[in-house]
Amino acid sequence: MLYKIIVFAPLIGALIAGLMGRRLGDKVSMTITTALLMLSAVLSWVAFVKVGFNHEGTSVDVMRWFDIGDLKANWAFKIDTLTAVMLVVITTVSALVHLYSWGYMEEDPSKPRFFAYLSLFTFAMLMLVTADNFIQLFFGWEGVGLASYLLIGFWYKKPSANDAAIKAFVTNRVGDVGLALGVMTVFLVFGSVNFDTVFAALAENSDRVLPFLGMEFNAIELIAFLLFIGAMGKSAQFVLHVWLPDAMEGPTPVSALIHAATMVTAGVFLVCRMFPVYELAPVTSGFITVVGAFTAFFAATVGLVQNDIKRVIAYSTCSQLGYMFFAAGVGAYNAAMFHLFTHAFFKALLFLGAGSVIHALHHEQDMRKMGGIWKAVPITYIVMIIGTLAITGVGIPGTGNIGFAGFASKDLIIESAYDAAHAGSAAGAFAFWAGIVAALMTSFYSWRLIFMTFHGKYRGKKEVLDHAHESPLVMTIPLILLAIGAAFAGLVFYKAFAYNANDFWHHALPVGGHAELAPSNLYAAAETTASDADYGGGHHSYPGWVLWAPFIVSVLGFIIAWFTYMYKNGVEKRLAAEGGFVYRFLLNKWYIDEIYDATIVRATKWLGDTFWKRGDIGIIDRFGPNGVAAAAMAGARRLSKLQSGYLYHYAFVMLLGIAAILALVFRSVGG
Amino acid sequence: MFENVPILSFITFFPLIVALFLMFIAKVSRDNAKAQIEKNAPMVALLTSIAVFILSFILVLQFDASSAEFQFVEDTQWLGGGIEYRMGVDGISVLFILLTAFLTPLCILGSMKSITKRKLEYMVAFLILETLMIGVFCALDLVLFYLFFEAVLIPMFIIIGVWGGKNRVYASYKFFIYTLLGSVLMLAAVLWIYGYGAANLGTATTNIEVLSRDLDIPAGAQTWLWLAFFASFAVKMPMWPVHTWLPDAHVEAPTAGSVILAGILLKLGGYGFLRFSLPLFPDASVSLAPIIFWMSVIAIIYTSLVAYRQHDMKKLIAYSSVAHMGFVTMGIFVVNVQGIQGALFQMLSHGLISGALFFCVGVIYDRMHTREIAFYGGLVKNMPIYAFFLMLFTMANVGLPGTSGFIGEIWTMIGAYQYSPWLAAGAALGMILSAVYALFLYREVVFGEVTNDKLTDIEDVTRNEFIILAPLALFVIVLGVYPSLVTDITAASVDNLISNFNAATGQG
Repeated sequence: MLYKIIVFAPLIGALIAGLMGRRLGDKVSMTITTALLMLSAVLSWVAFVKVGFNHEGTSVDVMRWFDIGDLKANWAFKIDTLTAVMLVVITTVSALVHLYSWGYMEEDPSKPRFFAYLSLFTFAMLMLVTADNFIQLFFGWEGVGLASYLLIGFWYKKPSANDAAIKAFVTNRVGDVGLALGVMTVFLVFGSVNFDTVFAALAENSDRVLPFLGMEFNAIELIAFLLFIGAMGKSAQFVLHVWLPDAMEGPTPVSALIHAATMVTAGVFLVCRMFPVYELAPVTSGFITVVGAFTAFFAATVGLVQNDIKRVIAYSTCSQLGYMFFAAGVGAYNAAMFHLFTHAFFKALLFLGAGSVIHALHHEQDMRKMGGIWKAVPITYIVMIIGTLAITGVGIPGTGNIGFAGFASKDLIIESAYDAAHAGSAAGAFAFWAGIVAALMTSFYSWRLIFMTFHGKYRGKKEVLDHAHESPLVMTIPLILLAIGAAFAGLVFYKAFAYNANDFWHHALPVGGHAELAPSNLYAAAETTASDADYGGGHHSYPGWVLWAPFIVSVLGFIIAWFTYMYKNGVEKRLAAEGGFVYRFLLNKWYIDEIYDATIVRATKWLGDTFWKRGDIGIIDRFGPNGVAAAAMAGARRLSKLQSGYLYHYAFVMLLGIAAILALVFRSVGG
Repeated sequence: MFENVPILSFITFFPLIVALFLMFIAKVSRDNAKAQIEKNAPMVALLTSIAVFILSFILVLQFDASSAEFQFVEDTQWLGGGIEYRMGVDGISVLFILLTAFLTPLCILGSMKSITKRKLEYMVAFLILETLMIGVFCALDLVLFYLFFEAVLIPMFIIIGVWGGKNRVYASYKFFIYTLLGSVLMLAAVLWIYGYGAANLGTATTNIEVLSRDLDIPAGAQTWLWLAFFASFAVKMPMWPVHTWLPDAHVEAPTAGSVILAGILLKLGGYGFLRFSLPLFPDASVSLAPIIFWMSVIAIIYTSLVAYRQHDMKKLIAYSSVAHMGFVTMGIFVVNVQGIQGALFQMLSHGLISGALFFCVGVIYDRMHTREIAFYGGLVKNMPIYAFFLMLFTMANVGLPGTSGFIGEIWTMIGAYQYSPWLAAGAALGMILSAVYALFLYREVVFGEVTNDKLTDIEDVTRNEFIILAPLALFVIVLGVYPSLVTDITAASVDNLISNFNAATGQG
């Protein structure tokens, strides 16, 4: 019952606000959705304690879905620590975002619709993380895609918002095709789409080879790879990342909830949920490491020069997701989940803080028109600083957990990559260095954001600043709560996620990288390492420079940002005027959108036009019915009576004729 | 309940009887009484079709889903020479009857306001159409089937030809040319089977059950017969490249005509493949399946791309229908449980979704008298309820999980994957492309600013329109969340079909 309430309360809210919102009015719809979500959030924390610390994981059968042949899927929940972590992240951030939206969406005329979408999203996301089979996972997966599409395009009058919404949906669909094919492969290999059944049968199928599109693959590698394609789409990894920055067209609370804290982390969740598969797929895991590390690096470079406050944070999200992926790639699933957890707090905080700034400045998002506003929005300023300290990973090196949220989780990831590199993995080494370099850039662009927004001289219109004001309580309270999370989530939960990890994860995830796992029976892997009590995924065995490197680059980033934007200001203008190729290359996001437009988008349109005008009209119709028609018409000219009548008469007569002939023939044959 | 009642004949012919009655009294009445009859005809037709729906619903409730046998069978000698009047339903056909009986009253309701000329004749045509459609799904005799199957086009021609748009003559002509070719070939094949059956079975018969069970046609002949039936069914589906009649027919047809065309008539081909091609020509169905697969995958990709470039809403949806039927043909010929159940489900689901989409086009066509995509924009402002329904059906068309559209697509793809990953991967591209064209349409029509002055005070869905769209929306969701409603009924017959097929081809 507990889990049914957690999952379905948001759905009920969405239905009430969505279908009856107009009649109920704004206040009632908002109250109902927010209250139900808060209920869901409170119960999620109850579940978190039950599952994470009392080991009361369970499974809940909700309803039959379908069973045809061996293909069986039920609506059902699989509740383990992994799910429980996702539950608290989703419902907590969602509840706070609901609350925050009371203030942020104050002047919007269609509030019930907005709240209905938010709650619908939350429901879909909860279905995704509670799924006990691939089909329900896919339901949630595409459901969040729908909600994301609806919310990005929430301001439907803006063409840019509509374009961004479609881009997000379609790009995600590309990934979803990979995921769908992965699910099909799973069914082909295992004859089931149920997680537990599949995991239990992994070992005996580990050597199976499958033909796929003219090539031959190890079945497990193929499944792992196809599923990861889905993860790349949803989590905006390089090649399929293009939709995420554009998704910032949606209202800022949406960016915080969907495009920072929850939906975009679904890919990371998927890889962690599928860890028994990935443990048997070293090639794909290596690929994930490389893609994740490259995305962490790539997105950070683009983030360096963006001027839209939300886009900076969007690229930062993309980059942080890269960290989570390479952690999962090197087998540090717990580190990936830990970072997912802390990131949810500080990234939601940064987005909502940015929203507070945007709200104060009358919907201005361009940082070049901000500056020095910290006095006008002091609470926002302080929480943004906390968020920045969290994302840049400020803490005391070597202690593991004494620092802001990002410190504990990001350092754990970098150390895991070092472990992998140390064990001889080239991908791991790449990830380690990419992680360090990206951390430098993260620090730079994060502080740049703070300096450009809050410090220096104000560069926008004067009347905007005169009206600038701190946000109302409904907005600042969520900010403060998230700030507390961003400050202490690492400190408090380090022990559970990383140090006593085996106890906490309790079979839901293995701890300690690929090397720790016995390759024979991987589903039991989490259990075997559980006995290895003194392994903590910890910090004890690293050389000093590995422990200090993230800290040093973080400080270095701060210094460079300070030097560039505080000590010598006006850099943006000079860069824009005389910025070289590198600057333009980064500002234009490596020209990837342009490349896609010139190739895929154009090709699609061209093919559509060609098939239609040349294929259908030019060939099929010309030589088919029209050709026949021309011939028939020429013949029929002599029979002017038939031709002058309506053609359907002609058709009618013909068919009756056929029927009559048929009857006669049968009589004579059978007679 | 129906032990001694010819319930199928009653359901089938009741609309025809009412139609004839209407025509008769209109003929014999004086002018002022005629006007009265014309005025009442839509209501009579509506009540008739509702009665048929209720009976069909009871029929499905009475249907014994655990049995793969034909049920409610009626059998009378008819034309002589072994040709029977034989009616009956199994798990494959019974739901199509329900779908037909469900869509027809909605169509009649939807036509009440929008059809202004020759109301009586229109209603008569629709009732006759209903009789013939239900007849196709009930007929268990090859000749009887053929008669229903071909005759069903006649009222459709008339509906397009009389109540259609500007180019209706060209559209019905094109439709006719295509179907004629298929019909003639199928007729020849029917005659051949009859002769061969008479020679080899001892008695002449066109009983489908007997033919499927007892007649063993040599592989060489199977190929030709399969191709002849294929010619007819492929046009009806329609499969690429014999699909070009469909966009024109849809564009010219009145709204209700489009709904029936997309909802029921496009399913006749798929039904034919299941009822005849697989059981009668199993060897040919194995050896010629690659043709079907190529054509299916091409249909999915090609027509989706074409749909994306359309300027006319109905054409876009028509092309999208062709793509969705590609999943059906693909699913049928992989001949496994997931493929065939998926194909059946996809047909039923597409009947609801495409029907609903054409109704949605009709709603704004009735107001603005144009289907030009560029004419519209920003409809959500004045038509929020309409926007909601169209979003739901658009997402169902895209195959979003939770809607019935998803179930059919994923099952057929899972079925196809077991045959060949290539096939499933090709079809999966349709998942991306359907999102491209469907969201394009939605954005152009519903989102954006209201740029056209004529749209500034366009009215949202009326009560009648709501009554039509709401049940469709409900079923699209219900079947997406609980598709077992369908598969519980179809399972026994589908399993039987597959095991007979495998026995005949020596597989499994």
